[in-house]
Amino acid sequence: MPQFIRLGFFLAIRQVRRASKWTTGLIIFVMTLTFLNLVVVSGILVGLIQGAVEANKQYYTSDIIVSTLEKKNYIEQSPRIIDIIRAMPEVSALSARYLSSGRVEAGYKTAAKEEDIDSAGAPFVGIDPVAEDNLTGISDFVIDGEFLEPNDYDEILLGSYLLTEYFPVETASFPTLDNIGVGDKVRITIGDIQREMTVKGIVRSKVDELSYRVYFTENQLRELIGRDDYNVGEISARLVPGSDPVAFKEALLRAGIGEYARVQTFEDAQPKFLQDIKDTFALLGNMISSVGLVVASITIFIVIFINAITRRKFIGILKGIGVSGRTIEASYVFQSFFYAACGSFIGLLILYGFLEPFISAHPINFPFSDGILVAPVDSTVIKILILVVTTIIAGYIPARMIVRRNTLDSILGRN
Amino acid sequence: MNLIEVKNLTKTFTDGDKETRVLKNIDFVAKEGEWIAIMGRSGAGKSTLMYQMSLLDDPTSGEIHLFGKDVHNMSADEKTDFRLSELGYVFQDYALLPDLTALENVAVPLMMKGKYKSEAYLEAKAALERVGLGHRLGNLPSQLSGGEQQRTSIARALAHKPKILFADEPTANLDNESSRSIMKLFQEVHKQGQSIIMVTHEEEYSRLCGRIVHLDDGKIISDHVTKR
Repeated sequence: MPQFIRLGFFLAIRQVRRASKWTTGLIIFVMTLTFLNLVVVSGILVGLIQGAVEANKQYYTSDIIVSTLEKKNYIEQSPRIIDIIRAMPEVSALSARYLSSGRVEAGYKTAAKEEDIDSAGAPFVGIDPVAEDNLTGISDFVIDGEFLEPNDYDEILLGSYLLTEYFPVETASFPTLDNIGVGDKVRITIGDIQREMTVKGIVRSKVDELSYRVYFTENQLRELIGRDDYNVGEISARLVPGSDPVAFKEALLRAGIGEYARVQTFEDAQPKFLQDIKDTFALLGNMISSVGLVVASITIFIVIFINAITRRKFIGILKGIGVSGRTIEASYVFQSFFYAACGSFIGLLILYGFLEPFISAHPINFPFSDGILVAPVDSTVIKILILVVTTIIAGYIPARMIVRRNTLDSILGRN
Repeated sequence: MNLIEVKNLTKTFTDGDKETRVLKNIDFVAKEGEWIAIMGRSGAGKSTLMYQMSLLDDPTSGEIHLFGKDVHNMSADEKTDFRLSELGYVFQDYALLPDLTALENVAVPLMMKGKYKSEAYLEAKAALERVGLGHRLGNLPSQLSGGEQQRTSIARALAHKPKILFADEPTANLDNESSRSIMKLFQEVHKQGQSIIMVTHEEEYSRLCGRIVHLDDGKIISDHVTKR
């Protein structure tokens, strides 16, 4: 190891060890905050969208979603496809959903005229309540009333976006139902078929797809839409942990399912605008973090500059007794590295020991998602490197400025 | 052999339009093994002369040869390296590094010369024992008396075996007892062959030296060998 590195390290260690503990603590505190600012701000902004993406996956698409081809209302050969998927060892849970659309009406008994009937269009979905709940945990989102039972008949769950009470923004293109709650009767219309149903529960989720829908038991919706062939509109499947959704999708396509249905991983099914927003927020987060980085650099510059200025006499003495300028510069670089490394280390402990698990367990309640903290290790490592390099440069420059001054002037304190 | 040869040396300080010539056409020679006292009243230029000869400062004009080598064209890094390998310094205010213990202060130039820490510590310990500070190795400068700090400074200056030891008023900040012990130390190292150039105000201590050079108003006004 070069001599100037060894002696520079030796001097740095002594200087840090015998420096004011308050000053050292304060610098490390600033570095820790800078690190957290670098990682957490962008992590939360990305996590805001990632929370929505993951909720979409967990509560709707699951790992793999098989849906209808364009211009088709159902997936042909559904029973065979379901059997194929269910037989694959990677699958841990599956739910097949019958899909249709129709209208939900309220106040139809008291309305004087047909146009006075309170009415809202909605996607209808027929589910096996046990399989669906096992896959998505949808029963957790029943905020009023009860979840469906397999043998329920003439009972439905309404998505909260269909009710004025929960979604008080009624427009001509998106009407909602007034004064409807659990136990009330509503009339549903599918094509020419009308039927009176009882509202068994209300479903509300930050995954919009769930809050727009009307839920039936699969048997009843199949009967209402006449799907005697058991062809469903949507199949979601969860894979065992460690399975690769892309590889699984490829396997399904190789099995010929692509002829009858569209097969997507949760990422394929994710709306493109979500990815765009995620990228935008990541950029925004990085911009905000960059400001923090500049502030930290200036802080370190000032700290090292003041340190070097107040120690100018001792820098002069070191040069006077024959210690090279680059050895002295190296000692300041090591000090800067020490501050950045300590700040990053404490920041890492806070990040992965507390913040990430805590926010994961208690997501931030944003209006449209449960925000998590996205801090992948690889990007965190890059940010640590950026912080360390920036700090080292910020420490090196003032040290070099002082070291280059005349030796005797430094020793005697002359300007 | 001439250790130092100074020819027509001039040093001028400039402050705005005002120029002050502190050294005026100095010619001076120091030979190996000499102990020279440079004396003079305040402002006579004695410290300035020592700073030029010891490469801590650059003269305005003139020549300085150390061990026959013209130092005029040396870069700052070369001068630093030269100071490390050939010169030792004892400053009036000790100039110890406050973050380092006595042992570490003495070890620094040794480590800079390429020795590993363990080896440097051994030599530094020996140097400190030589100046009577074997029991103060782990003390910071703030925990040492003035005399002990100056002894540490001397140990640091001598540890790497310099060819010339420069001392700038080494007893100026010390009481009589400490001053005498420091001068006794100088006598001992000089007896062992160490060349010393010492700036001092003290007549008593200058008489210990083999040669006394008097400066006044930037010029050498006398240069004589003492009767020791």
